[in-house]
Amino acid sequence: MTVLATSIPGSSNNGYVAAAYIVFFAIILIYVAIMALRLTRVERSLRELDEREQHARQEETHQTRERETV
Amino acid sequence: MSSRTFPPEKRSENPEISPQRSSKRELRGFRTDTQHGRGLRTLSIATVAAIPIALALVFFYAPIEAEEGFLQKIFYLHVPLAIVTLCGFVLGGLMAIMHLRTRERNWDLRSYVAIHMSLIFGVGTLITGSIWARGSWGHWWVWSEPTLVSFLIIMLLYATYQPLRFAIEDPERQARYASVFAIVAGAFVPLNFLAVRLSTEYLHPRVLGSSSNLPAKMAFTFFVSLVAVALLFATLCSYELTAKRTRMLLKARSRILGFR
Amino acid sequence: MSAVSERPPAGSDTRRPRASPPGIAATVGALLRKELLVELRTLESVPGMSLFAVTTFVVFHFALNQNTVSGDEAAGILWVTLLFAAMLGVNRLFVADQDQGGFDAFLLAPVDRSAMLLAKALALFAYLAVLELVAVPAFGLLLLAPPLGQTLPDLLLVLVLADLGIAVIGTLVAALAVQTRARDLLGPLLALPLLVPIVIGAARASSPLLVLAHPAEVGGPPIRWLATLALYDLVFGLIAYAVFDFLLED
Repeated sequence: MTVLATSIPGSSNNGYVAAAYIVFFAIILIYVAIMALRLTRVERSLRELDEREQHARQEETHQTRERETV
Repeated sequence: MSSRTFPPEKRSENPEISPQRSSKRELRGFRTDTQHGRGLRTLSIATVAAIPIALALVFFYAPIEAEEGFLQKIFYLHVPLAIVTLCGFVLGGLMAIMHLRTRERNWDLRSYVAIHMSLIFGVGTLITGSIWARGSWGHWWVWSEPTLVSFLIIMLLYATYQPLRFAIEDPERQARYASVFAIVAGAFVPLNFLAVRLSTEYLHPRVLGSSSNLPAKMAFTFFVSLVAVALLFATLCSYELTAKRTRMLLKARSRILGFR
Repeated sequence: MSAVSERPPAGSDTRRPRASPPGIAATVGALLRKELLVELRTLESVPGMSLFAVTTFVVFHFALNQNTVSGDEAAGILWVTLLFAAMLGVNRLFVADQDQGGFDAFLLAPVDRSAMLLAKALALFAYLAVLELVAVPAFGLLLLAPPLGQTLPDLLLVLVLADLGIAVIGTLVAALAVQTRARDLLGPLLALPLLVPIVIGAARASSPLLVLAHPAEVGGPPIRWLATLALYDLVFGLIAYAVFDFLLED
């Protein structure tokens, strides 16, 4: 990192400043990525829930129809 | 953080006896997403605006400091992170007091998110502080900087918050004990700072420069950076709260559907 | 802060008129007597703590490769050892109550719940006192360079102040940790950061007392650190008192 730092014109400490700010943004980005993963999981379970509800409703209408015919 | 934190309430046979445990009541305690989402949008727009402004100020407006040179620019990142982290921990304690007073799970949720977010920001503080120490003193860690030392102790303490929560299975007790911890730890934060400052004061001069007596340009830049980091904290907390509530509503609904 | 008339203990009906419930002093006395009796009969905390301290001194001798220590080093070794030995006692503080239903029995009684905090803290303080009765002379014998005699009263003052803090924090943390699954691990993890200011105060205060010096030059411990210890004890005592009730609900 010190090689990087001294290669940038201006100051030998550029590398450290850049590293600090990069770490900051990296943390934010990692957090956003984790939240995105969780969101996809939530969406998937929502879809499953919808399917299950539809299935349950279909079952109910089948059952009521059967009862009517009997 | 994961669904482990708020495990499903045990369903009771008779909702009248323990109304808190029926899922209807559970849903009633929490706001809908749309109401929460609105605040989130304003916050995130403000944050997205504030951060580039702060960065621009830091790198183009604030003058280069005489003693430390360009390295001093880390100050505008490290110190706001530190301040926001500490405020987050104390806020977590205050919210925990509200939780114990009102027994609303919402407060416990907020307290948890505040502490969790402060932990993340605290890691950022320690890393940026360490980088700063390395740049200006040559070592990755310095015992003579009281802020860093206090932070280390506080982070070690709050690192036990999640293990404590996950080690208690009963959700009501978990929330209660976590609130007690948050209050004790929140009170500990300022005490710890005082104690550490006392112990290092007479040994070495401050390594990483103090924030008093700043020239106007620097003070303004610092203030804007502080606001930007605070906004970021608020936005991420709001984000996390919304995600958690959505997941809880989802779980509650799926449980209701599962019993049909 | 009274819980008796405002909040009946869970699961019991205390609204019937009866003679006034025992005052907090009597409750604390009864609980403390029970604690000390149990400890005297089972001897499960204090001998272990004391033995641990003495063994640790021996380990330190080999780890540091030194025959004697003084000053900062001595204060450091003494306080680290005392602290870790105290952790052993903290781990065991509520275990019997948890495992054998002592909590439920206490909750059913119409007494102020803070009494348990006071009683347990006093008991822990007593255990620490006995621990130090063994450990400090052992330290003087095994590792300490200067003789203990001349600064003993000041050292006692530091010990008492620090013990108060360790007792309060230890009780609070023990109550928190005993209900969790990993109680032996969480207890020390929670307690040690909270005890750092006490270590700071105690070590800084006792360091000048453990230094080789002429009797005429021996000064008292710096007041600053004694004040820090006392203040910290006070603040944490108040916090613990305010918060302890919430740990005992059911």
